[in-house]
Formats: sequence, structure tokens, C-alpha cells
Amino acid sequence: MDKTIPACEPYIEINVELCKGCKLCISICPKDVISISEKLNASSYHPAQYAGQGCTGCALCFYACPEPSAIRVVKP
Amino acid sequence: MKVTEKSRAFYDVFERKGGPAKQATHYCPGCGHGNIHKMIAEALSDLGVAGRTVLVSPVGCSVFAYYYFDVGNYQAAHGRAPAVATGVKRANPEAIVISYQGDGDLAAIGTAETIHAANRGENISVFFVNNAIYGMTGGQMAPTTLIQQKTTTSPLGRMETVHGNPIRMCELLATLPAPSYIERVAIGEAKHTQKARKAIHKALRNQMEGRGYSFVEILAPCPTGWKMEPPDARAWMLTEMTKVFPLGVFKDEGDVREGQWHRQTAPFDPERVSQYLGASDRQDKAAGEAVKLAADLNCKFAGFGGQGILSLGLFLAQVGMRAGLQVSWIPSYGPEMRGGTANCQVNVSAKRIGTPIVERPNVLVVMNQPSLDAFAGSVVDGGLLIVDTSIVQKAVGHTKARLVKLPATEMADEVGSPRVANVVVLGALCAAVGAFPPALVEQTLREVIKKRNLVDMNLQAFHKGHAWVTEGRGA
Repeated sequence: MDKTIPACEPYIEINVELCKGCKLCISICPKDVISISEKLNASSYHPAQYAGQGCTGCALCFYACPEPSAIRVVKP
Repeated sequence: MKVTEKSRAFYDVFERKGGPAKQATHYCPGCGHGNIHKMIAEALSDLGVAGRTVLVSPVGCSVFAYYYFDVGNYQAAHGRAPAVATGVKRANPEAIVISYQGDGDLAAIGTAETIHAANRGENISVFFVNNAIYGMTGGQMAPTTLIQQKTTTSPLGRMETVHGNPIRMCELLATLPAPSYIERVAIGEAKHTQKARKAIHKALRNQMEGRGYSFVEILAPCPTGWKMEPPDARAWMLTEMTKVFPLGVFKDEGDVREGQWHRQTAPFDPERVSQYLGASDRQDKAAGEAVKLAADLNCKFAGFGGQGILSLGLFLAQVGMRAGLQVSWIPSYGPEMRGGTANCQVNVSAKRIGTPIVERPNVLVVMNQPSLDAFAGSVVDGGLLIVDTSIVQKAVGHTKARLVKLPATEMADEVGSPRVANVVVLGALCAAVGAFPPALVEQTLREVIKKRNLVDMNLQAFHKGHAWVTEGRGA
């Protein structure tokens, strides 16, 4: 997690090892704050990554993501 | 603070799945099953019913749903999930029973079960994941495949005149009077997800309130089968699939039903089942004393079809039942009535039996050479290996089992027919195990052999086999 995010702002946590790089979170995010990483994870997918700011905590990415544990949305 | 994260109705770690990523699903990138699993788990958690939920998995990609849901789980034969769910619900009316099925499972091989469960108004929740293709087997045409949609088995596209039209299950089931609630939803954009979550929630709540059969069809993408990128697959699903499968509520009588669809079934009573099976109140009447086993018997009997292998298993199970013990018997045989291979697995135990499967028998009976070759190595050290040397001509190789050899088929012939060789073996087995009094076995044979004129021959066969071992001739 980027420590520069103020504690009062919503954010998402992406478990890069569980992400399969399907990009559904990217296509549904209304704020365009998710992108694909250039790095590969252990399952050889390019995982999604959060820009570090701009999240509104709407959780659309959570429901768009097919994986149970790849995205966690925190809205303080 | 609001945290949106994995539902507690999922296991923390998917131990059953195995492999390196034990928190990831086995589904392809962008698959709809994961989304739908999440919605169901969320609803179970919100409704507080995960602890009394039984989920029936189908055959298809979601065959492994039981890897993920921390609820009671069954995995049904292809298409039979609604039948299994019916049984679970009727035996356990308090359970929340979910039949989770894909389109190949529900709308092809399981059409009959689906229609009849709906027609009976079973108080279950059916979640029908329609992705218009057979995903698990590699993208073949499904009953729900769209006209002109190309699949591996409709390479020119589905044609109405050749393959028929895609089946609309919601519309079809909505013609029946019994179902309470039928809705088609989709996953995709935010509004679809909201409706899908509500529909799943409602289908479960209906069941909790006894309103009867609820059916939610969820349009879902199969990016791998459709050969599309996941975002493109969702877009295609929402534009093309919804033309053929319009979203909406097709039936909703939930609110006027007020719970009369709870089935009034008699509570499950093991004693009544025992009575039906003839196993009740018979504990060792013939022997007059309780039978004590030194150890559980985990038996495998193997030979050709027609040798009475399966009957041998049934006889032993019947003896065990009459001795007041727990028994199980499962057969395994080919389609031939005679001459094919046959084996059966029998457990006899003082305790309740967890699984009827016997992988490492402590009693193995082989009545032909292939069975000896196949199973001799599976006997536990110190177990009992009984060989019919009339048929098995080759010497038995090195074994750590206690070997009992007898020419059972010839001995049977001597008392009247080679077909009672199985009962000769039963005699030898009972003598070698030493647990069952001959009087109890006699009584059992008298009761279970239907042809009365064959009883005496069978009793002679039994005693011949029994004496062979007690006289020490089997070594």
C-alpha cells in the first residue's frame, strides 16, 4: 500500500498473485484509477494495479472481478 | 468504515483445490462463475444461512463449486442436481438448498429433472448460469448457443433448421403453475450486477419463507469458449445474448404464497428405514449372542460376471446386518450379464461406516486370474486373501496376506452346481474370519435365497467351504 494515501480516502487493495489480468476491473472503474502492471505474477499474468489515489470506494471493481480474494475495497 | 471483501461463506483457503494459488479459483480469466459465486456467497452471509446451506454442484466448469463454498456440498451426476436437491430438501426441510447449474447441465442432459423439479414446486433455489456454450469440454454448441454462433461443433454457426433454436428456460418454466419466482439477470455493468445480487438474494429468501421453487437464470460470459477478451465477452453478452434471452422477471408469485410450499414430509427416521430394509430388531437372533468383530471387515470380491461375486457380497452384508453390525455393499460391473468383470466392495463394522469405498481391503476374494493380478497388491499386510484355485491356475506370488486357497468351483460342482462356488467361498471366509456363527449364516441364507429348492444346496456349499478352512486345508 502506498503510504501517501490519506487515511480518510477510500482505496482498493489488489492481491497481485490472485489476479488473472482479465481487465474487467479496469473496464468498469468509473474513475480510471486501475491499470495493468508491466510485471508478471507467479501465475504469469500481468495483474491489475491501483493508481494510488482517486478511488471513491464504489466497489464496482469488486463485483466485476471474478476472483473472491483478488480485490478488497476499503471505504473509511 | 465499509470494507467490501471476500464473503465468509467462502473457505479462507481453498484446500480442496490444491495447487500453488490456493486462494484463487480454477476458473479462466474473466469467467462469470467467479462473479456469481461471489454474489451467492454474499447473499448466504447476509441472510445468515451459510451454516445450514447445502449447495449441489453440477457437471461442467462449476463441478468444483465445493472447493469454494464453506457450506454443505454435494456434487450431482450430470443434469441431476435438481433431483439431488429435491432429496436433500425433503429430508432436511430446514436446510437452504441450492442447485447451481450451467446451461449444458440444466438445459440439455438435465432438462427433465429441471422441468419436473419446477413442476413440483420444490422449495429450492436454482441458479442457472447460461453462457451459451459447453465450456469445460472445450467450447461445443450448447442448447442455449445463439443462431449463427460458431462453436467447435457448429463451425459454420448454429443453424435453426439443423440444430434448432436456443432454448429459453425461463420462458419455458414460466408456463408451469408451480414455480414461485423466475427471473433472468446478467452480470456485466453495474446495474446488471445490482439486479443479479437482488435476484439471488430473493431466490434464497423465498426458500427461507417456504414460497417454493425459485429460478434465477444468470447470463454469463465464457471468454475462453467464445475466444474473446474478457471485456469484449461481457459486451457481446450484453448486446447479443440479451436479444435472445431478454432480461426480466417472468414470474413472481412469492408475495402471495405465504409459505404453504413447505413440504410436510415425515421426519427422517433411521429406524423406519431399517425396518423397510429388514435390518431392524434382528440382532443375531439365530446365534443368540452378539457378534463381536476383532476388526472391521473391508472386503473386495472380484471375478467374472456370473460367478455370484455380487451375491457373495450381498450375503455377507446380510449376515453382518443380522449380526447387528453396520454394513455397506456397492457393486461394480460391466454391462455384460455374464463373462464381464465384476467386483463388489463390502464393509462390515461395529461403527457407522463413513465411505463404502474399499481401496485397501483386509479381505480379498479373487475368483479369476485378472482379479488376482489387479487387486492382490492392494490387500493390507496381514489381511486375508482367498483364491478360488479351480479358476486361478497360476501360483499366487509373494504376499504379506494370509492366503487361503480352495478349489471353490470344483467343490461347488460336487454339491450340485458350480454356481454355488460363491457360497463355498462364503463358508471359507466366515471360518477364516471366525466371527459369524454358522447358525447365523444358515439362517441368513434361508431368508435371502429366493429359490427355495436351492437352499439346501447352498447350505451344503457353505459348510463345505467352512470345513475346508477349519480342517486346515486352505493353507
